[in-house]
Amino acid sequence: MLKIVRNFVLFFSAAILLAACQQGGGSGKKSKTLDNTKKAGFVKCGVSQGLPGFSNADASGNWTGIDVDVCRAVAAAVLGDSEKVKYFPLSAKERFTALTSGEIDVLSRNTTWTLSRDADIGLTFVGVNFYDGQGFMVRKNSGINSVKDFKDGISACTNIGTTTELNMRDFFNSRNIKYEPVAFEKADEVVAAYDAGRCDTYTTDKSGLAAQRTKMKNPDEHKVLPETISKEPLGPVVRQGDSVWEDIVRWSLNTMIEAEEYGINSSNADSMTSSDNPQIKRLVGAEGELGAAFGLDNEWSLRIIKQVGNYGESYKKHIADTGILPKRGPNELWTKGGILYVPPAR
Amino acid sequence: MTNKSKRILPQILTLVLVVLIFGFFTINAQMNMSNRGIDFGYGFLGQESSFDVQFSLIDYDGSHSYARAYLVGLLNTILVSVLGIIFCTILGVIVGIARLSTNYLIRTTAAWYVEFFRNVPLLLQIFFWYYAALRALPLPENTEPLFGATYLTVKGYYMPGFIWENFDILIYSILAAIISIIVIRSYAKKLQEEKGQQLPVFLISLGLLIVLPALTFITGIVQLEVELPVLKQLSKTSFIYDGGVSVPPELIALVLALSLYTATFVAECVRAGIQGVSKGQKEAAASVGLTPNQILKLVIMPQALRIIIPPTTNQYLNLTKNSSLAAAIAYPDLVLVFAGTALMQTGRAIEIVSITMLTYLTLSLAISLLMNWYNKKIAIKEK
Repeated sequence: MLKIVRNFVLFFSAAILLAACQQGGGSGKKSKTLDNTKKAGFVKCGVSQGLPGFSNADASGNWTGIDVDVCRAVAAAVLGDSEKVKYFPLSAKERFTALTSGEIDVLSRNTTWTLSRDADIGLTFVGVNFYDGQGFMVRKNSGINSVKDFKDGISACTNIGTTTELNMRDFFNSRNIKYEPVAFEKADEVVAAYDAGRCDTYTTDKSGLAAQRTKMKNPDEHKVLPETISKEPLGPVVRQGDSVWEDIVRWSLNTMIEAEEYGINSSNADSMTSSDNPQIKRLVGAEGELGAAFGLDNEWSLRIIKQVGNYGESYKKHIADTGILPKRGPNELWTKGGILYVPPAR
Repeated sequence: MTNKSKRILPQILTLVLVVLIFGFFTINAQMNMSNRGIDFGYGFLGQESSFDVQFSLIDYDGSHSYARAYLVGLLNTILVSVLGIIFCTILGVIVGIARLSTNYLIRTTAAWYVEFFRNVPLLLQIFFWYYAALRALPLPENTEPLFGATYLTVKGYYMPGFIWENFDILIYSILAAIISIIVIRSYAKKLQEEKGQQLPVFLISLGLLIVLPALTFITGIVQLEVELPVLKQLSKTSFIYDGGVSVPPELIALVLALSLYTATFVAECVRAGIQGVSKGQKEAAASVGLTPNQILKLVIMPQALRIIIPPTTNQYLNLTKNSSLAAAIAYPDLVLVFAGTALMQTGRAIEIVSITMLTYLTLSLAISLLMNWYNKKIAIKEK
């Protein structure tokens, strides 16, 4: 009996000592989130409950989409394997609490960057991976061709806990239209209610409208009105107060966008290490020591490009080829007439 | 150690432990919140909410404060709870008595109803009544009128609205009728006790309730105008009914699901209560010559109620708390409006969740107090 107790004590002291050594071993920059992620062996990523093109699980539980790719990029940079991500499907209502309470470490869930969210509730937005705007969907046979055709008494289905609810009020108020807001907690329920004829229009981000349309009984019976009533820059979010982790997520996203700008993609990344262009060499880790700035090795960006691909590849695979939004519009690179512009990695 | 300290010491230790646990959680939450740059306070309640709510009993739009939005949600929760309690009681009593019927068909149907509805999860039932019923209902333009001038459509139930003139006088006339009924009843009781005469109290009461309010109409003091819902075209294929009163389908589905579900439990309480009254009571009542109606009213029910009330109180509490499932089908109750939208727009999770919890606690305690008071009133008065 006594022996067992002694063994226990020994084992525990050893474990505590070992843990202490590990903590002391971390060099330079300190990031609790980074340490925890490495210890856990996976990135804890908050995604939507199913929005095709952005974050959507297939029948066997594999997550895909451009929001998912941000988390995969972070996993590739930090853990060396883009598959080491654990996904947490969250409703619009749960997402920020899940992030601030530490249940997840990256929130990549088509979330609009606004002042009050950034400044007020313990969150930091790290960038924009999709420029969006709120629109309206109506039935094709309704004869409504523009928001100018909306009349008093119109009912609008939407999600709770989103900027959509606020924009909708601004929009209808400024036009003096009386409307009936019908707000659901989950997107699937909004679609089901709109599809059943409960509402005359369904309003959310235009990308969301295009994606949800594919889930309806007869997608061809519905159309999205041309007007855009708000700015919705969507991007990944992290907790306030861990600037190293914040930088890692920001530059994982930036790497994907800048890789597209310099023509680096998942298939040619390896050969680019011998490029003549110093900026390309920096992006694939063949020059400079960019990774050291946040405690990563120098191959971190190469791994992102090889395993996840550049932004253009991600967009094409998830958004364009799936027929959600074939045209990139504002989400084209600044060099090609869009507004995607990221600071240089150097 | 004295006997007294032996008794008190465990209690003090428990109290200290409870205080320590609460203190630990409070300090822990405070530390974590300050670490993450989140401040704590209820100041946001005064800010403009800037979101609209579909359905509200009081005047509200986005220019009002979050406190007002809270009130809107609370009133909607109370509305659905009160409606649910009324309907589940009526249905529950009927089904409970039906389960004891001597008629095989009635008895079996009631039993099947109880077993089916209490064994299917409530959330599924809510979804069923909302989505299945919603899809089955016609669009406004294809709706046949129900009861003359009401329309049950996918966008809600439209009823004629009443526009009253001098509505307060009507209320006074009804109050006067009720007071005179009370006076007559006590006089009738006295008359029966002293001289053994029976007055037709029920008929007199009914007459008073009809005649007095009717007088106010006949004299023309109170006037009533009816506003009928009229079909209005919004676009080529989209219609609504304008004017009158509209009940959103979310409210109908929620009340339907809650009352059908809870009525099964109330029915079981009622059955237990009636079966709990010993057979001898019924036989004794019959042997002194009471009619079957009198037996139920004067002998069985007063005793059965004592058994029925306490467990039924629990069911009322359950119904009130279950009404928070409203969020799933967009009925703007306290959880959807306050713990949903308001929480999201402000990000004040701890403040809003604590207020919401306290509110449900208060609601439940209020219902408990009311039912306990009623229970005491009908309890056996020991002299």
